[in-house]
Amino acid sequence: MAPPLFEFEAVTVERGGRTLLDTVTAQVPDHGVTVVVGPSGAGKSTLLRLCNRLEVPTSGRVRHRGEDVAGCDPLALRRRVGTVFQRPTPLPGSVADNLRIGTPDAPDADVDAVLDEVGLTGLATRDAGELSGGEAQRMCLARTLLTHPTALLFDEPTSALDPASARVVEALATRLARTGTPVLWVSHDLDQVGRIADHLVVLIGGRVAQAGPYAEVVADPVPDVRRFLAGGTARRGGERGAA
Amino acid sequence: MNAADVGLAGVAASLVLIAVAALLSRRQELGLERSILWAATRALAQMLAIGAALGLVLADDAPLALSWLWVVAMVGVGAATVASRARKVPGLLALSAASLGIAQAVSLAVVFGLGIFPLEARTLVPGAGMLMGNAIAATVLAARRTYDEIADHRDEVEVRLALGLPGPVAVRPYVAAALRTAITPQVEQTKIVGLVALPGTMTGLLLAGVEPVDAVLTQTVVMFLILGSVAVTTVLVGRGVARRLVTPDHRLVVPA
Repeated sequence: MAPPLFEFEAVTVERGGRTLLDTVTAQVPDHGVTVVVGPSGAGKSTLLRLCNRLEVPTSGRVRHRGEDVAGCDPLALRRRVGTVFQRPTPLPGSVADNLRIGTPDAPDADVDAVLDEVGLTGLATRDAGELSGGEAQRMCLARTLLTHPTALLFDEPTSALDPASARVVEALATRLARTGTPVLWVSHDLDQVGRIADHLVVLIGGRVAQAGPYAEVVADPVPDVRRFLAGGTARRGGERGAA
Repeated sequence: MNAADVGLAGVAASLVLIAVAALLSRRQELGLERSILWAATRALAQMLAIGAALGLVLADDAPLALSWLWVVAMVGVGAATVASRARKVPGLLALSAASLGIAQAVSLAVVFGLGIFPLEARTLVPGAGMLMGNAIAATVLAARRTYDEIADHRDEVEVRLALGLPGPVAVRPYVAAALRTAITPQVEQTKIVGLVALPGTMTGLLLAGVEPVDAVLTQTVVMFLILGSVAVTTVLVGRGVARRLVTPDHRLVVPA
């Protein structure tokens, strides 16, 4: 059996006297969209940052496709595991300049191809600072895709976007997941979870409250998760795939 | 008598100007009288103490090693000053001691190695002091700006790291911006030297009765030395601060 995309073994992260993650043990399957969901301060982003070694655990182990990430070259790992952050971060220069930050030698054809993929056809020469929030976030995804990642991390990538732009980014992520690039996505928006999640990891207070296929978790939540889900308005299968 | 023979009577007479400053402060209700008097008293005491110490170091029969010891002490005091003025930057004491020390070593090696000035206490101690005075301000600025540039652009730095760029490459634009800010004032000062203000070395030499051409040449050498030492120390401290904010495994560790 193929190893999971990510495997967390008793992972604890402590910073400044606070425990951000507490002996987290969970697996992220190597297909589809896995959403890490939970209330603010639950440790969702910290869990995600462990996957590309922007964060390291205080104790425990993180594996990527069976390989301990502590033993990986972090730069190579980050090219295999691309990241889209919460806020769109256009850097100075044109869209093409931005795309080539991680891949300076990328030919124009590759730049144009990833821009097509995210729906920004023909914008290579546009000043990145002039893009709308939604366009800028799609440019950030294109910038990551140009490094040819085999998995993608999304850290609440739509929280700064309007609903229509958010749906576009969701659609791009689910399409990438369906075409062979598994996605690990952090969200606190239960509506969004209902639209995109194939698998769930529910974090509450730095611990894994429940994890598994989306349908199983929402059909039979443990008490803590039931309370958390009741706090939002988690939509179910009827709206899935709406984006 | 030349202008250097001021004497205590001359200092006492110049206190008239301190009295004028204090009087103006009182008339204008600035509330700075005590501060002005304290500053003048403190400056006088410090300068007399330094004068006495320099008298020992610069005495004709004093060994040159004493002057080198003075230079080392200046580096230590300079580093402590830098660290106290930029407390949020971690590990700055050792870093600024190394940066200031290397900058001094390079500059003094040029001055004495190339025979610009003869190596003796009367050139070593004032020369090193002049370099240190300018280098401290630039080092503080470089340390603070490098820290702030990286902290203010942490999102951008993490984007670069996440794209697989090595730590030093990821922070390079922000370190460069900080170093430009730190070095530019010295460059600007070098550009306008002699046009707007007469700098300290030249003024001191003219007051001491030295020929203007000799004073100007000496001042020019000092300005170039200062610019060189400021460039060396700011680059070293800027890169050093960046190394403390990005780990060897390419993670940013600036507190949020």
